[in-house]
Amino acid sequence: MGRAYSTIAFDPAKCDGCGDCMTACAQAKTGTDDVARSRIQIYGREKDFELALCRQCADPKCVTVCPAGALNKDGTTGVIGWDASKCVDCLLCTVGCAYAGIALDETAGHVSKCDTCDGNPACVPACPHGALKYITTANIYNEVGDWEDLFAPGLAGCQGCNTELLMRHTLRRVGPDTVLATPPGCVPGMGSVGFNGTTGTKIPVFHPLLTNTAAMLAGIKRQYKRVGREVQALAIAGDGGASDVGFQSLSGAAERGEQMLFMVVDNEGYMNTGMQRSSCTPYGAWTSTTPVGETSRGKTQDAKNLPLIMVNHRCAYVATASTAYMEDLYEKLDKAILASKTGFAYLHVYSPCTTGWRFPSNLNMEVARKAVETNFVMLWEYTPQEGLHFTKSVDNPLPVTEYLKAMGRFRHLAPEQVEHIQKKVVENQKFVERMTEHAHVG
Amino acid sequence: MDRAIEHTKYLIAGSSHAALEAINAIRMHDAEGPITVVTRDSHLPYSPTVLPYVVSGKSAPARIFLRDEDFFARNKVSYRPESALKALHAEENTAELADGSSIVYEKLLLATGASPAIPPIPGIDTVSYHVLRTLDDALKLRGAIGASKQAVVLGAGLVGMHAAENLVKAGASVTIVEMSDQLTSGYFDKVAADMIEQAFRDAGAKIMTGSRVVRLEPSAAGAKLTLENGTTLEADLLLVATGVKPEMAYLNGSGVEHQQGILVDDRMQTTAANVWAAGDCAQARGFFTGTPVMNAILPDATIQGRVAGMAMAGDPGMQDYAGGVPLNTYHFFGRHAISVGSSKVPEGGEVVTRFDEQTGRYLKAIFTADGCLSGIFGVNEFFDGGVMAQLILRRIDLTPLRERFVANPLAVGREIMSQTWR
Ligand SMILES: Cc1cc2nc3c(=O)[nH]c(=O)nc-3n(C[C@H](O)[C@H](O)[C@H](O)COP(=O)(O)OP(=O)(O)OC[C@H]3O[C@@H](n4cnc5c(N)ncnc54)[C@H](O)[C@@H]3O)c2cc1C
Ligand code: SF4
Repeated sequence: MGRAYSTIAFDPAKCDGCGDCMTACAQAKTGTDDVARSRIQIYGREKDFELALCRQCADPKCVTVCPAGALNKDGTTGVIGWDASKCVDCLLCTVGCAYAGIALDETAGHVSKCDTCDGNPACVPACPHGALKYITTANIYNEVGDWEDLFAPGLAGCQGCNTELLMRHTLRRVGPDTVLATPPGCVPGMGSVGFNGTTGTKIPVFHPLLTNTAAMLAGIKRQYKRVGREVQALAIAGDGGASDVGFQSLSGAAERGEQMLFMVVDNEGYMNTGMQRSSCTPYGAWTSTTPVGETSRGKTQDAKNLPLIMVNHRCAYVATASTAYMEDLYEKLDKAILASKTGFAYLHVYSPCTTGWRFPSNLNMEVARKAVETNFVMLWEYTPQEGLHFTKSVDNPLPVTEYLKAMGRFRHLAPEQVEHIQKKVVENQKFVERMTEHAHVG
Repeated sequence: MDRAIEHTKYLIAGSSHAALEAINAIRMHDAEGPITVVTRDSHLPYSPTVLPYVVSGKSAPARIFLRDEDFFARNKVSYRPESALKALHAEENTAELADGSSIVYEKLLLATGASPAIPPIPGIDTVSYHVLRTLDDALKLRGAIGASKQAVVLGAGLVGMHAAENLVKAGASVTIVEMSDQLTSGYFDKVAADMIEQAFRDAGAKIMTGSRVVRLEPSAAGAKLTLENGTTLEADLLLVATGVKPEMAYLNGSGVEHQQGILVDDRMQTTAANVWAAGDCAQARGFFTGTPVMNAILPDATIQGRVAGMAMAGDPGMQDYAGGVPLNTYHFFGRHAISVGSSKVPEGGEVVTRFDEQTGRYLKAIFTADGCLSGIFGVNEFFDGGVMAQLILRRIDLTPLRERFVANPLAVGREIMSQTWR
C-alpha cells in the first residue's frame, strides 16, 4: 500500500501578511531573524497573500533534474530531503520547480527548502491567525488503510456521497466480530444488505424495519451474550429511521442502556426514496414534500436536534461528527466503540447529500466543512461523567449564508427566511453552550 | 545453434536523464511490461552535469549515481551496461547491439544523448587531449589536473567554463580559448559574459576570445597550439569543449529521419513506427521558433523523457510537449547567472535592463509585443528559473505588473504562480 503524508496547508483568507511564520522559520533554520532566508515566503500586498513553500510533491521535478542525486523523496515521511554533502550548487532544482519551493539562500550560498521540521513545523504555531495548518489526517489512512475493508468493492451510492467513506471506515474500525443493522435508507440502498442472496458486507448484516432497528439489534446482542460470544452490535441508520418512526425503539434501547453503537448518518431527509422531508430536515430547505412554489417556500418547521435528545437519555456516550473533520470523527468512533461495550453509544454524523441537497458531487467535504464553520452544526461530545463539551470551537463562526449558498436546496430563500435560520443557529449555539457550562459546574 | 532472439516490450537505449524519466513515466502507467535498458556506459546512471564536480573532487565518484541496482530490480527493469546500440532495423522492430546480439522490441526509446564534438583542427589527432562527457572522462581528467601547470581549455561554453574553474581552483594556470568574441555566447549576453569573464580573470585565468586555433602539434610540454594571428600556446593539459553532437550513428540506413538530431513530433515519436527519441539526441519543436531545434539541456531531457515514456505506455494523461525553452543556471566562483527563455527580441517586443554597480546585480527581461515574458537573464540576481519558465510557457500577460516585475521578478513571479496553484 502507498502512504499518505502530512502537509502544511495555507489559508490565504486568514493571512494578514504579518510574516511571523517567516521569522519563526528563519530562526529555526538559520538561527537568524533574516526573513529572506525563511523557507516559507509570503508575498502580496494589503489583503491578497500568496505563498512560496515546498509542496513536497508526489512526483517532484526538483528531484528529477538534480544531477547530483542530492534531492530525494522520503518514502516514509513524504518530505523531499536535501543532502548538503551531495549538492553541487548548480541551481538546476530551482529550474525544475514551478512554485519556488526550493530556492537559493543567498547568504548560505546553497539552495534551501522546507523539511517540515521533521513533522513539527515551526511556522505553523507561529501564525497568530491560524492561516497555517499542519494537516495530519494522512495518519488515519496510514494506520487503517491496510486493515481489511469489510464492505464489498463496488457499491451503488450517488457520486460524491460521503457515506461510503463512513461505512468502509466504520467497519474497518469495528472489525469482523460485528453484527450490523441497516434499516431502510441509503446504506442498504448502496448495497449493505446485498442483492440476490449475497450481502454487501463481509460481516453478518440484517435489514430491520424502520421502526424496530434498535429493538432487534438489542435482542441479537443479548442472544450472543447469552451464548457467551462477545460481538460488536452496530446500527448504521439514516436520520429518518432514527428520528421519526424509528425513534421509540431507539429511545427505548438508550434508556435501557443496551450495549450497542448506534450511528446515524444524517442527510436531513429521506433521500434514497426521493428526498422527502424528515424531522431532521432544516427550516427552509427544499425537499420533494416541502416544495418551492407560488405559496410554499420549503420546510416551515425547524429541525429536531436528535443528538441533544440522546444526551437527555444519559447514554454512555453521545457525540456529533462530520467527515470534514476526520481526525475528530475517528477519536469519537474509538470512544463510542469503547462505550458500547458497557452501555449505549450514539454517534450522529452530519452527511451532506449531493443529490438531495443539490450541490456538485466534488464538493461534499466543502459543504460539510461550511456547516461546521458557520455553526450550522456543532461538533461536541458527551459522557455522563464529563458532561458535554465542544471538540471544535464555536467562536467566530462564518455567517450562515456561506453555508446556505453552497447548495441548491436553499436557493429560493427569502431574506427573512435566511434571518430566521441565522437566529436559529445563534440560539442553538447558546443552548449547547449552556449545557457545556453546566458540565463545568459539575 | 542460433541464439534465440530476445524480446522486450520497452527497449530504452541510454541510461541518463531522458531514459530515467521515461522509465518513471512508463511505470506510472504500466507496472509490469518488461523494460530493458541498454547503455554504452559501464556504470550505474549518473549525470554528465555533475562531472565537473567529480573533476574538482567536490563530488565523490561513488556518490553521484542517480539510481542503484535495487531501483532496477524493484521496477522490473533489466539494466545492461556496456551494451551500446549499434544499428537499428526499425521496419523489423529490431535493435542490434555492439556485441552482435539483437533485441526485438515493441517500443523503442532512443535516449543516447550527445558526445563531445571534436573540431576539425589540423593536427588534432596528433596530440592527446581530454573531453568531458562520461565518468571515465572525468576520472581521467581529474587524474591529470594535479600535475598540470599550464592548461588550455578550448571552448567557452558552460562545459568548458565549468572545467576551467575547477582547473583554476586546482592551482593550474589556465587559458580559455574561444572562437567567438564573448564567453558563454548563446547562454548569456555581452554584459553578463563580461561579468563572468571578470570573475575568471580575477581568479587568475587567461581568456582569449575571438581566437581560432589553426594548428595543433605535439610538443615537449604536451601540445602546442597555433592561433590564427600566429600566437602560440603550450599546454600540458588540453581540454576540448567546443560543443556537442547528438549520438545517433546507429541510425544509418534505418530510415529514421534526422537532421541536427533525431526528428520527433510533439509526442517524441520519430518518423518510424514504434520508435521514440528524447533528450540531447532529439530535435524537437522549439517553443519560440515552432520549428525543430536542438535544446541540449538537462531539464528538457527530463521533460522529453517523460512525454516519450507516457506516449510509449499509452498513458491517457499525456500532454503534448510544449516546446523547448532554453534554461540555464550557472554557478561560478560563488556567483551565479541564470538565463531562461530566448535572448532574441521578438518583433514589437521590448527589452528592459537594470544594473547595479554596487551589488553587481544585472537583470535583463524581454517581453513580447503582447506583454508576455519571452526571456529573462540575471547575474547575481536570483529568481526562480522554474517560475519564469512557467510564465513564459503559460504566456501570462505581465503588462499590468511590468514595473513591479522588473524591480523584483522573484516576488512577483512567485505571487503569480501561487495564484495559479489555487
Ligand atoms: C560537463 C557538463 C556540464 C553540463 N552542465 C549542464 C548544466 O549546468 N545545465 C544543463 O541543463 N545541462 C548541462 N549539461 C548537459 C546535460 O548533462 C545534458 O543535457 C543531459 O545529460 C542530457 O541527458 P540525456 O539523457 O539526453 O543524454 P546524456 O546525459 O548524454 O546520456 C546519454 C546516455 O546514452 C548512453 N549512450 C550513448 N550512446 C549510446 C548508444 N549508442 N547505445 C546505448 N547507449 C548509448 C550514454 O552512455 C548515456 O547513458 C552538461 C553537460 C556536461 C557534459
Ligand atoms: S543545487 Fe544541489 S540540490 Fe539543486 S539540483 Fe543542483 S545539486 Fe541538486
